[in-house]
Amino acid sequence: MNYSTLLIALLIALGAAYFLGRNRARSLAGQGESMHSLPTHYGALTALWTTLPPLLILIMWVMLEPRIVDALLTMQLPEAIRTASEAEVRLALSKVHNIASDPSMMGQSELGSVAAHLVDLEQRAAILKGGVILSLILLGVAVTWRRIQPDLRARGEVERIVRVMLFASSAIAVLTTLGILVSVLFEAVLFFQKVSPIEFLFGTTWSPQVALRADQSGSSGSFGAVPLFAGTLLISAIAMFIAVPVGLMAAIYLSEYATSRVRQLAKPALEVLAGIPTVVYGFFAALTVAPFIRGVGESVGLDVSSESALAAGLVMGIMIIPFVSSLSDDVINAVPQSLRDGSYGLGATRSETVRQVVIPAALPGIVGAVMLAVSRAIGETMIVAMAAGLAANLTANPLDSVTTVTVQIVTLLVGDQEFDSPKTLAAFALGLVLFIVTLVLNFVAIKIVQKYREQYD
Amino acid sequence: MSIIENHETVGSPLSEGAKLRARDVCVFYGEKQAIYNVSLDIRQNEVIALIGPSGCGKSTFLRCLNRMNDTIDICNVTGEILLDGDNIYDPRVDVVPLRATVGMVFQKPNPFPKSIYDNIAYGPRIHGLASSRVELDEIVEKSLQRAGLWNEVKDRLHAPGTGLSGGQQQRLCIARTIAVDPEVILMDEPCSALDPIATAKIEELIDELRENYTIAIVTHSMQQAARVSQRTAYFHLGQLIEVNATDKVFTTPEHQLTEAYITGRFG
Amino acid sequence: MTDSTMTTRQKVEASMRRRRAAETRFRLYGMASVLFGLLCLVVLFGDIFSKGTSAFSQTVLTTTIEIDGDYLDITPDSSESDIMSANYDGLIKRHFKNDVQPKGRSEARSLFSLISSGAGWQIQSQVLEDPSIIGKTVTVDLLVDDDVDQWFKHEYGNDSGSVRLSEKQLEWITGWIDSDALKTQFNTTFFVNGDSREPELAGIRGAITGTLLTLLVTFLLSFPIGVAAAIYLEEFAPKNRLTEIVEININNLAAVPSITFGLLGLAIFINIFGVSRSTPLVGGLVLTLMTLPTIIISGRAAIKAVPPSIREAALGLGASKMQTVFHHVLPLAMPGMLTGTIIGMAQALGETAPLLMIGMIAFVVDVPGFINDPSTVLPVQIFLWSDSPERAFTERTSGAIMVLLGFLIIMNTAAVMLRRRLERRW
Repeated sequence: MNYSTLLIALLIALGAAYFLGRNRARSLAGQGESMHSLPTHYGALTALWTTLPPLLILIMWVMLEPRIVDALLTMQLPEAIRTASEAEVRLALSKVHNIASDPSMMGQSELGSVAAHLVDLEQRAAILKGGVILSLILLGVAVTWRRIQPDLRARGEVERIVRVMLFASSAIAVLTTLGILVSVLFEAVLFFQKVSPIEFLFGTTWSPQVALRADQSGSSGSFGAVPLFAGTLLISAIAMFIAVPVGLMAAIYLSEYATSRVRQLAKPALEVLAGIPTVVYGFFAALTVAPFIRGVGESVGLDVSSESALAAGLVMGIMIIPFVSSLSDDVINAVPQSLRDGSYGLGATRSETVRQVVIPAALPGIVGAVMLAVSRAIGETMIVAMAAGLAANLTANPLDSVTTVTVQIVTLLVGDQEFDSPKTLAAFALGLVLFIVTLVLNFVAIKIVQKYREQYD
Repeated sequence: MSIIENHETVGSPLSEGAKLRARDVCVFYGEKQAIYNVSLDIRQNEVIALIGPSGCGKSTFLRCLNRMNDTIDICNVTGEILLDGDNIYDPRVDVVPLRATVGMVFQKPNPFPKSIYDNIAYGPRIHGLASSRVELDEIVEKSLQRAGLWNEVKDRLHAPGTGLSGGQQQRLCIARTIAVDPEVILMDEPCSALDPIATAKIEELIDELRENYTIAIVTHSMQQAARVSQRTAYFHLGQLIEVNATDKVFTTPEHQLTEAYITGRFG
Repeated sequence: MTDSTMTTRQKVEASMRRRRAAETRFRLYGMASVLFGLLCLVVLFGDIFSKGTSAFSQTVLTTTIEIDGDYLDITPDSSESDIMSANYDGLIKRHFKNDVQPKGRSEARSLFSLISSGAGWQIQSQVLEDPSIIGKTVTVDLLVDDDVDQWFKHEYGNDSGSVRLSEKQLEWITGWIDSDALKTQFNTTFFVNGDSREPELAGIRGAITGTLLTLLVTFLLSFPIGVAAAIYLEEFAPKNRLTEIVEININNLAAVPSITFGLLGLAIFINIFGVSRSTPLVGGLVLTLMTLPTIIISGRAAIKAVPPSIREAALGLGASKMQTVFHHVLPLAMPGMLTGTIIGMAQALGETAPLLMIGMIAFVVDVPGFINDPSTVLPVQIFLWSDSPERAFTERTSGAIMVLLGFLIIMNTAAVMLRRRLERRW
């Protein structure tokens, strides 16, 4: 039985168990028994005990089966492959899987017998899985059915189970953070066993493909990430140079000057910019903005790279404008009207009030908003992947081509991945840096904004 | 109680040589009318108290006197208000110099999130009233002294203004207003958020300020009106019912509504 | 400037010129900023639309061709596999050779390159549909090569030559135009085909199906989990350190770069749990983790907006906390939660970066049938195509973007309408 059949079986069991439990409770009540809870509670209880345990087992099965199957298959592989490198074994296993999925290839390879074994294993696993799940379902129904007695406190039990399920759902958020941290940390540690963290953090040559110096880590490349950090900062700085003044001034204009009609039209229109997928911005940057900047640069005699940091930064800035403006708008609106009145009452003009009273009062909130925007710029991937280059130049010239942390992660992980080469692992080390930097920025920014809001609540 | 048809203000709303003259002022919030044909003169160097039950339009009227209502989009004012003979609602009039001349103190103390010094210096700075740092220092000191705050804050002029107590904050706001050297000061229930001791200090201050300024104060407290003002104007549902010397209003009111209010039959 | 003999009023009046100018300037900066933002929007949309609209039309060559059963070695009674494996490309080449009479092999080759390599498939599918046409002469609209398509759609009529077509080729094409054989029609291929290396054969059906399957997985997981988490945090969670950590976590996760979710997907779902790469399943899992914070945050806001009086009324009637939440609070909060979910799904729809990490960037020709078939999604398809140098791919990329934006507009409109309905109630 495959997974979808089993899931459907579970769904049917869910419904059936509910009706069984409810009807049993009803018939007991019909016999004059005074039940502790409503019949629906007994139904829900039966349904939960019938479907939850098999569902958990099924999820574990999904996680474990491939591992166990591969371990068993490895033992079947020819001696020569088994004793060779781990990569060979993995390659052979994936071949076996391919052969098994296409019966016509079965006879054509020396791995045919292993593939036949795999097919056999999978069949047995499917039968076993089906058997286990179905017996758990039946067991659940039977046990709960017997337990349904007038004094069974079904409601309390159902509510306790539901509460645990609700808690588990919210725990997923924490697990996700842990998951990200563990996954990048684990691979990054492997990376740092091959390349020293000092070299990684302070080295100025990034070339993951070829060794530049013979004494450098093994056969492949040098991993000095400074050019990537510098490139990321350069592009983010260009983006912020556009997004902060424009976003902030737009927010000020819309909240302090514009009539409500203009506000109602312009605000959603600006927010459309925030809803456009980043891949669209990337396309726009690479195919429209970059050639345009190059053309303009050439016409004034400047040498502009076709993948200039300026093009990527500019478009990223446009993408972040609505982000800055809607965050600043919230922050500016939180400044109490009484402060504006105080300033107007002294004869200040609107701009004097905004510049000397509203902005200073909103400053912490604006700083928080800008920090969130920076974090967003640093982590933005598609625009730079499409419009910035791969050349790890250490330069501050926005007309040059630079590369960023996210671009390198994408480049290193798209295509063949070898989890024992520093090239692939380097992506996780970069991911670790990215995650920590953005996490700290977000954390501080969110705290600042929170504190700011409390001040005027 | 409905609007009294064709009401004429009783008492003496008009007087010769007044600083501010309001003539037939009506205020609308969108469709809704909040003030009906109010005419009132405010004399030089007097304190006039505007009293009346909540929602009677006394604050709205006060905010007309330096066009603070302009900040509310849907608010519309008709009639004339003359400051030294010039209509402040003339389209050619700029609200900036007007508000520098007619300053305002609000119900809730609203110091800017700046230092005490910068709070006071804000007005002189934006209006370019001081030509040097020394001159600005002088203005700040003089204003704080007049507001009776100097001795309390002179050692911490660069501490944030928001760190002061409520009463001190309100005196800071008064000092901030004085620093611009206005001719008229409008006060919108300046003591409603303060305790009795702070209130007493502000009332004392208002009495001293009368020497140099013309003051209109909106208040909820009849005792306060009796203590600080020379004349009292009674508003009722957007109409000005009676204007008379404060003593007279509180002892022998001319209008029955005034009497009903001061004897506590509604409020 | 200031003079001690001037009164305050005079000093203020003296400052007004400068201040009015400053005021006007400031106002203009603000207006310029808003206009700049709007201008960017217009330029972006205008650019995409001007590049992409032509993707929805395709040039075809109408020709009358004999389905020569002898040449193809099939009859109407042949088996399906025989019909499938017949040499239709050869038939087409022979037809044009007789029709146009090119001189020599290289000229013949340059003639054949004008017709799409998918033309053979077109004939094949017609024959498969109706084997009785074997031996008869039929009129077909053959797809032309992308170079011809681009030239005909963009350059034809403005007297410019072509960098990619030779003089001779243009001569043939002009001949077809003169005999009204060349025309454009609605580009159905774009919507019914999967990816292809040939622009004129490439379509977005595979990517759209992949996107729908991925979003289905995302929705089925993220909606119940998100709603459950929101309920727990808003109604049941004790106010303690643990809850606080969960809350900070969710807020942070909402702002973590999406690419790190891809790293998690690769390291945990694929490497540890062995979920197969490039599938809507693993894509959906990653996007679920990514959209959960959005759904939880908006779900909590929706629950918070339910007036406490409703809870008190239910509790007062003796309902348990759980019953109160599920029978009274949840139904009222549902529109708000759905709005948040739609917005979260719209984000997931446009997401690209994390999916690159988990192999959804593979070149997949077949349309995926289920959540564990290899597939790609629309944004990744856009990314893949945008890298292709052919102009026809640029056009198709823009076309695909227009389709993607269309989906986003529909989803966001739905969210706005739901929100409106919600506002009416309270």
